Amino acid sequence: MAHIEFENVEVIYKTGLKALKGVSLQVPQGQFVVVVGLSGAGKSTLIRTVNNLVAPSTGHVTVAGTNVTAARGQALRRARSDIGMIFQTFNLVKRSSVIRNVLAGRLGDLPAWRGVLGAFPREDLAYAHDCLRRVGIPEKAYVRADALSGGQQQRVGIARALAQRPTVMLADEPVASLDPPTSHAVMSDLKRIAREDGITTLVNLHFIDMARDYADRIIGMRDGLVVFDGTPDEATDAAFEDIYGRPIDDKDLRGV
Amino acid sequence: MSSQDSARPQAARRLKSWGTLAVFAVLILFAFRATKFNLPALFTGAADFFRFFGRMAPDFTALPQIWSPLLQTIQIAYVATVVGSLIAIPLIFLASANTAIDPISMWVARTLLTVLRSIPDLLWAALFVAVLGLGALPGVVALTLFSIGVLAKLGSETVESIDPGPLEALRAVGAGRNRTIVFAVVPQVAATMVSFILYVFEINVRASVVIGFVGAGGIGVLLQRYLNFFDYTGLGALIVVIFLVVLLIDGFSVWARSRLI
Repeated sequence: MAHIEFENVEVIYKTGLKALKGVSLQVPQGQFVVVVGLSGAGKSTLIRTVNNLVAPSTGHVTVAGTNVTAARGQALRRARSDIGMIFQTFNLVKRSSVIRNVLAGRLGDLPAWRGVLGAFPREDLAYAHDCLRRVGIPEKAYVRADALSGGQQQRVGIARALAQRPTVMLADEPVASLDPPTSHAVMSDLKRIAREDGITTLVNLHFIDMARDYADRIIGMRDGLVVFDGTPDEATDAAFEDIYGRPIDDKDLRGV
Repeated sequence: MSSQDSARPQAARRLKSWGTLAVFAVLILFAFRATKFNLPALFTGAADFFRFFGRMAPDFTALPQIWSPLLQTIQIAYVATVVGSLIAIPLIFLASANTAIDPISMWVARTLLTVLRSIPDLLWAALFVAVLGLGALPGVVALTLFSIGVLAKLGSETVESIDPGPLEALRAVGAGRNRTIVFAVVPQVAATMVSFILYVFEINVRASVVIGFVGAGGIGVLLQRYLNFFDYTGLGALIVVIFLVVLLIDGFSVWARSRLI
């Protein structure tokens, strides 16, 4: 059985915009999938249906057999606590320390009173430090988040997601705000950790070279539909020109 | 064609500004008549003003009488600020669109706060003096309600303007509402909120002087007694003391707030 399953998913926003027009996909356990497409193609919407930050209008998404689209309240929070997410703008609490941002990843699995009081069990604190070690910034634990560079902030974002002990990782343009060398470092970390922990990963990217470098499988989206689904080898320049609906050029490459 | 097309809206705009000005002019004339405002009276009255002022040479032998009601005034303001803040904080999160539980409780909280804010502090004080009798208690209750109104208004505007990113991240983690507020909202608004609370304390100190006039405890009660008994030298001393204390508290509050942000 597929780990993540999209069943004819459609999303219509309140503005009337039809962001997804019927997407069906199966993603097996542990696969590292890169979703490519121009902005507005529906990439962000697609990955947000996996943790129900965006609710499909029709169809549904299941993760490990749980219908997350139908889940509400406690059940939805439990489903989300197994799904890590990292963001283009990092979404850290800038005025809080790095370790507190990472510990936020534990909140989904904690009794509410412990979360509200910030009374984390000793093993959670130790695990948060482990997560920081895995992304290579253990020494930054007690620094304020806004004192870090962009690349370091995104590593904190990854550590927060890791602190959830996720089975699924979602990444929405995780390197779009970073320079090329940092982008590669962050993507390598993400890929390595996904491998080591067997995490099923969906990453939105628009850089062609990065998609080819890191993906097990590339999914191309255009105008709310999946228009390409194949291996990096199959994702030729011609395939990308079809996905983007225009000739590709240097701006579509992150470079090194 | 362009000259005519662009001229027309410009003329309309000019007409509109003249019209607005005319409306204001008419309103102020009516207000002058209603309040019998006249500028010369201000100057002819000046002599009386200074004669009166001369009789207010502060008599500081009144000081021992002043301390205890003065302390009560500050205590009224302090208790009202603390209790008001404690009640306002949960209301702020209920009334802010990005932290509300559901549209219905948000509407209820917002309506409650609008009602609280639309009643002036002096009216609250008069109301609670009537209900609870003379003394500091009605003053505390009146200023508490007033503080809730002010704090909740300022607070929910602050909460609604925070960076939504961390909220989305905490939702994605599967954290519940209270945990999300504590982790993603509070760090973003805490300094501003403390600054607002100090500001409300400043307002409350001044307001608690005034509400004594309707019998709601504190230094205002003494102020009114001096006025009624034509004790102008005592009044002078009282005004000097109030002035200094308000200045001191404002100064402290401004200093504390400047250190926060």
